Amino acid sequence: MSAPTTTRAPSAAPKGTRGTHQRAKILPTAVLLIGAFYCLVPIIWIFVAASKSRADLFSTFTFQPGTSLLDNVRDLFSYNDGVYGQWALNSLLYAGVGALLCTLISAAAGYAFSRYSFPGRNAIFYLILAGVLLPAMTLAIPQYIIMAKIGMVGSYWSVLLPGLISPFAIYLARIYADASVPASIIESARIDGASEYRIFVTIGLPMMLPGMVTIFMLQFVGAWNNFLLPYIMLADEEKYPINLGLYTVLTRGSGEPALYGIAIVGTAISIIPLIALLLFLQRFWRLDMISGGLRG
Amino acid sequence: MAGDVTQRVSGPLGSRTARRRPRTAAPYVLLGPALALFLAFLAIPVVYALYLSLQGMRIVEGGVFGTREEVFVGLANYRETLTDGAFWSGFGRLAVYGLIAVPLTLGLALCFALLLDHAGARARRLSRAAIFLPYAVPGVIASLLWGFMYLPSTSPFSYLTEKMGLDAIPFLEGTNIFPSLANIALWGGVGFNMLIIYTSLRSIPPEIYDAARMDGCSEWQLAWRIKVPLVVPALLLTGLFSLVGTLQVYGEPTTLAPMTTEISQTWVPLMHIYRSGFIQDDLPMAAAGSVILAIGTFAVSLLLLRVAQRRAFGGHQ
Repeated sequence: MSAPTTTRAPSAAPKGTRGTHQRAKILPTAVLLIGAFYCLVPIIWIFVAASKSRADLFSTFTFQPGTSLLDNVRDLFSYNDGVYGQWALNSLLYAGVGALLCTLISAAAGYAFSRYSFPGRNAIFYLILAGVLLPAMTLAIPQYIIMAKIGMVGSYWSVLLPGLISPFAIYLARIYADASVPASIIESARIDGASEYRIFVTIGLPMMLPGMVTIFMLQFVGAWNNFLLPYIMLADEEKYPINLGLYTVLTRGSGEPALYGIAIVGTAISIIPLIALLLFLQRFWRLDMISGGLRG
Repeated sequence: MAGDVTQRVSGPLGSRTARRRPRTAAPYVLLGPALALFLAFLAIPVVYALYLSLQGMRIVEGGVFGTREEVFVGLANYRETLTDGAFWSGFGRLAVYGLIAVPLTLGLALCFALLLDHAGARARRLSRAAIFLPYAVPGVIASLLWGFMYLPSTSPFSYLTEKMGLDAIPFLEGTNIFPSLANIALWGGVGFNMLIIYTSLRSIPPEIYDAARMDGCSEWQLAWRIKVPLVVPALLLTGLFSLVGTLQVYGEPTTLAPMTTEISQTWVPLMHIYRSGFIQDDLPMAAAGSVILAIGTFAVSLLLLRVAQRRAFGGHQ
């Protein structure tokens, strides 16, 4: 598990100078565009479908836009007294607050593993790391029972708290701290008389920031995606995250096709903020620390 | 504090001891929250799952109908789960699904990553963003999305075939369910894996390529002989993620289940475990199933790492 000392990618390597003739450009470009098309089609489809009235949905050509977008959006937000807005807020809470806290906790732990040697360091680290391989269901069942015993099943806490610990995030934070926080700077801060905690907050954390953005994104998407835990923990629809909410709409919809329209608009709207966030934060990602972690 | 340092530097034991870092509780304090959460939500639940899996729900005499109580049953839950045909069929389906989804996801991710790294390709930024986009769509939402594209009544593909006078494409019938589900995993996973492999490609020093080109290496040979071997660690990692992800498939088939009769309540192992625990209300049995799945995941991961390590690093060590 030796961490790389430097995995920085040359982001603008001078590759444009490579001599390639015209013919060699067409095939690679075509393959990439086919891939892009494949990935975009369902997203385009859902937005087109969201604009259709119930009758059009099942009768007109699927990529022909309809004129009922506003009606559908109104239907969606009035469904069950506007529970959709509540689901969106819940997802934001589980994913946003959860990922933020998890990132801070993981950064502190990763920094501690990386910058201190203390008794039990390796044993604790590998113990935590082993948690990466545990299937979610293996944990979800005992987590459910423990939550039930302390009376927290069905509460916001029952979904939020288990999401705060991520072995993979701690592993990444350690790799990133190894690569980005030089021991010499910590040492000189110590000589200047700064306390260990002040060094962590004012020197360590800022230097780990790009890595923390990556961890935050991974955690955010992971929590936003998490279906199993809320499915098991929550009974009250008011506390559902957006994906679980839409799943229940669809399940009901199989007996009542009217609800398909609501599920479709709800799906379309739910992916807008996440796509925007990912495209915006893409440039701040440090994915090299993920792939660099295994380098021998 | 400054005086402290001076004192230590000029201390009687000399500078060696003095320069040693002062003993501090800081690492334990910084680790504190992570450790507490690790214990509460990972370590204790795992131990509890092991304990629970050795218990059984049995009807105990008393009252009019008897009451259900937890009693120690040893390995009975494991025996029952391991001899349960439905549980194993779940693994069988998982294997078929995984054999389609994992190689396709990794193969396409590698292919796209190589093309993104290929100087001749155009529209690289656009393609990269577009192929990555599905990563932003939660698995359950992606299943809903594709579900509508599979359902004969809303499918754009079936709309076309029906216009041509053919039947609707039976995406959700019979064995078609495997490629249909694998396609959802492929769609959602290829972009993220592509980015990891691509990032790994970009960290290879360009001098290596120049040297190879000087020796008359074509772009194609460059990709196969130099780039691919160098990104094996990244492939290994993405492979491991895909494999672990496959073993834990749950949300996708559960979401598609209302749309098709093909997907039973025990279609994959996790659905079987969910049914034991929450529909049949037998949490000990579910715990035993989960432990078996966890051990399986560990075994498969270790095997993969072992094999890959020999292939990837064997020559150098």
